[in-house]
Amino acid sequence: MSPAARGRAARCGLIALPVAFLAVFFVYPVTAIVSRGLREDGAWRPGRVVEVLSDPGIGQVVWFTVWQAAASTLLTLLLALPGAWALARLDFPGRRLLRAVVTVPFVLPTVVAGSAFLALVGRGGLLDDLFGVRLDGTVWAILLAHVFFNYAVVVRTVGGMWEQLDPRQEDAARVLGAGRFTAWWRITLPALAPSVAAAALMVFLFTFTSFGAVLILGGPRLATLEVEIYRQTAQLLDLPTAAVLSIVQFAAVSVMLLVHARTVRRRETGLGLTGTVDPARPPRGVGQRLLLGWVLLVIGLLLLLPPAVLVERSLSVPGGGWGLDHYRALFLDGGGTFPVAPMEAVGNSLRYAAVATLIALVVGGLAAAALTRRAGRLVRGFDALLMLPLGTSAVTVGFGFLIALDAPPLDLRSSWVLVPIAQALVGVPFVVRVMLPVLRAVDDRLREAATVLGASPWRVWREVDLPLVRRALLLAAGFAFAVSMGEFGATVFIARPDAPTLPVAVARLLGRAGELTYGQAMALSTILMVVCATVLLALERIRPLRSGAF
Amino acid sequence: MGTTGTTDGPLLRLEGITVRFAGAQGPPAVDGVDLEVPAGRTVCVLGPSGSGKSTLLRVVAGLRRPDGGRVLLEGRDQARVPAHRRGVGLMFQDHQLFPQRDVLGNVLFGLRMRGTDRATARARAEELLRLVGLPEAGGRAPASLSGGEQQRVALARALAPEPRVLMLDEPLGQLDRDLRERLAVELRALFRTLGTTVLAVTHDQGEAFAMADRLVVMERGRVAQVGTPVEVWQRPASAFVARFLGFRNLVPVEAVGERRVRSPWGEIPFDPVPGTGSSGLPETWRGRAQLLVRPGGVRIIGGATDPVDDAGAGDAGAGAGTATPRCVVTGRTFRGDHVVLVLRPERGPTVEAACPLRGAPEEGEVVRIRFDPAETVALPPGEAGDRWEAPAPEG
Repeated sequence: MSPAARGRAARCGLIALPVAFLAVFFVYPVTAIVSRGLREDGAWRPGRVVEVLSDPGIGQVVWFTVWQAAASTLLTLLLALPGAWALARLDFPGRRLLRAVVTVPFVLPTVVAGSAFLALVGRGGLLDDLFGVRLDGTVWAILLAHVFFNYAVVVRTVGGMWEQLDPRQEDAARVLGAGRFTAWWRITLPALAPSVAAAALMVFLFTFTSFGAVLILGGPRLATLEVEIYRQTAQLLDLPTAAVLSIVQFAAVSVMLLVHARTVRRRETGLGLTGTVDPARPPRGVGQRLLLGWVLLVIGLLLLLPPAVLVERSLSVPGGGWGLDHYRALFLDGGGTFPVAPMEAVGNSLRYAAVATLIALVVGGLAAAALTRRAGRLVRGFDALLMLPLGTSAVTVGFGFLIALDAPPLDLRSSWVLVPIAQALVGVPFVVRVMLPVLRAVDDRLREAATVLGASPWRVWREVDLPLVRRALLLAAGFAFAVSMGEFGATVFIARPDAPTLPVAVARLLGRAGELTYGQAMALSTILMVVCATVLLALERIRPLRSGAF
Repeated sequence: MGTTGTTDGPLLRLEGITVRFAGAQGPPAVDGVDLEVPAGRTVCVLGPSGSGKSTLLRVVAGLRRPDGGRVLLEGRDQARVPAHRRGVGLMFQDHQLFPQRDVLGNVLFGLRMRGTDRATARARAEELLRLVGLPEAGGRAPASLSGGEQQRVALARALAPEPRVLMLDEPLGQLDRDLRERLAVELRALFRTLGTTVLAVTHDQGEAFAMADRLVVMERGRVAQVGTPVEVWQRPASAFVARFLGFRNLVPVEAVGERRVRSPWGEIPFDPVPGTGSSGLPETWRGRAQLLVRPGGVRIIGGATDPVDDAGAGDAGAGAGTATPRCVVTGRTFRGDHVVLVLRPERGPTVEAACPLRGAPEEGEVVRIRFDPAETVALPPGEAGDRWEAPAPEG
């Protein structure tokens, strides 16, 4: 075999496992959904889409899904872009910690955010206690929760790029006669614009497919497509309607992902990145200090306060004062909610998440390695396909698993592995997204230099790519783990009643009225939050290792 | 093709290498290139940017598959040998040192890939760092080194695994002039000492002349000339090569008699092409040629007022007298031990002349010049881009 043919073969080999994984656990279930939704009595009936959508109730759901996503995106960009700049370009005490802190909400499970905002703005929440203000059941609670989650998306995507942009490029423009604003407008903004677009699309996607937070905060009136799919399945037992809604959602998301893939492809080419230089400087002037103050205020009120209130509620004892009563109650039987003590959910979640992380790393890592070499349209299509599970919404995945994998040839209904697989499916795009830009940023000639010095393709990966992406790999693992821990939309469909995960347990507890279950939910949410936050903060500590190893 | 240094055949041999870039129009980037590098010698491929030089190196390294032709290393076809098993070294133009490793780690890399045991590898790497003049740099990060130092590290890294052929891509291109000249000499000495076989590409003729045993001049993907630096310098094979070497006095001429041609400056005698008949030009040129006059061959024979027979001078059609055109000195550049003059004759293109510092005319002076036949080279005639039309003979 010639070297070129061998290279092609190697690429095919790398790509085979991820493709097989996606085919079995994503494409197949989605196909099952389509046939469940559009086939009736053995005949195709595409007209069902129109029938379902023309239902006024459903129409309202679709409209709400779209506009709340648009509003959430706008609000998030508005509040988070200054933050992205400040955290990337300003050097101030506590910057590293703050950077870690703002990332935490993103990997916090949606149910944690839901219960945190419930504790803040819901019935008997902090605002209710202090001012008699309640926002649960209104769109405001949902919008704020969405900002809470997606702040980090903007900071990571845009800020990450901002941080790496070599400030000397702007300097060069200044020297060439551009004013401060012109230099920013002509040099920095064009470099940033694609990442802003990418971030906006991501936020829109996430909020479009928002499930846990809307389920908890939206009350009975407000529902996104996701929530509606869940209701149709779990409460109304109308599987065909749920399937049609899944198809609609899937189509919408696919379009958005195509646009996103296009944006990203443009982004990852030839930027002047610093790599090692930290461009951050201490704030200068009143303007920069004011902006920093505003950023800190937003972070304080929207990102830090809700979790703090959550912790406070979990520790407040019914009779007044503080105590661990709610935590102790977790070891009791679930009061009829579960066949097991709620505390067991912690062990379940950790186990599932560990397995899911492993799967996601292997599948996502291989996919990223294969995608590194920019190649034909086929590979680009694969790139988009990889993103699909992320946007397609966990609910579709869970629903698909439910109706596709419970019958031969693949009867995994009673297998515990179904849950980690679903979670990995959600984690894979994260792994690819984190790894790919870093891998692609590696100068190909560096690999060539290693090759000429005698390194086989595998050695090149180990000696050149791996050291440069080690941090990204750890980051990917951490993200995958945290995402798996908090995964709710898919898990809620497939977790066995006697083995609930943390988010599922929280949602069930919140679904039941009562002081005890409310307190238990708050306590369990707090535990889940602490686990996820710890993982994230641990990852943030890994950062300096990179510069130390250099 | 000229003299080959060894009797065992070349260490590296390229046969008809052709590379087309996907989607590119026009002729291939590398077009049927034949090339030989004898063991222990340094061959320099010289050509302007875009002439396909770097691509050639990538083909030899196995980083790019040629669309045609063969690469033979020690007589063996390398088509099926992947890049990492070819045992060649390649020094990239911008070094491409591994940023995450220190200097020693970079130099050790190739040895580690070959499975050399740790102690031996370390000793060899340190020896090489000493050899390139950076004995203390082992623990430093590549980013902390100057361009010249990075260059040396890249060289040490490429040399460490004892490649059969070391390839250098614009080895000194990124360095400042002073350093470049010094390093070129150092490199040549180093390669001599180590007996390294080198294939270098560069667009800088000074670099090429300083390093090479043999030169291969490339023009738009093809080999324009092969020879020793002296051969190429003394007898450029074409007007392209001559211009690329920096010669400016190049005019289209027509044979008018025995070893004489009519040029835009008038009728002048010239150095005949070896092995030709009475006209001094090969038959196939049909009495036409391009004539190169080296700057040193332009002689100042006196001021405009000196008593020189004026009749027919600068007038090509009028008799057998050798032209001694009258020129105005329009430029004068001091070059250390000599002066380069730019002279504008009454007709014909400007002439570049090198003359000794003593007695060199000032700018604006009017002088007469004569062309030394020994310092002329007749080159194959006409190609597109010759702007000067030979004046028609006056009747």
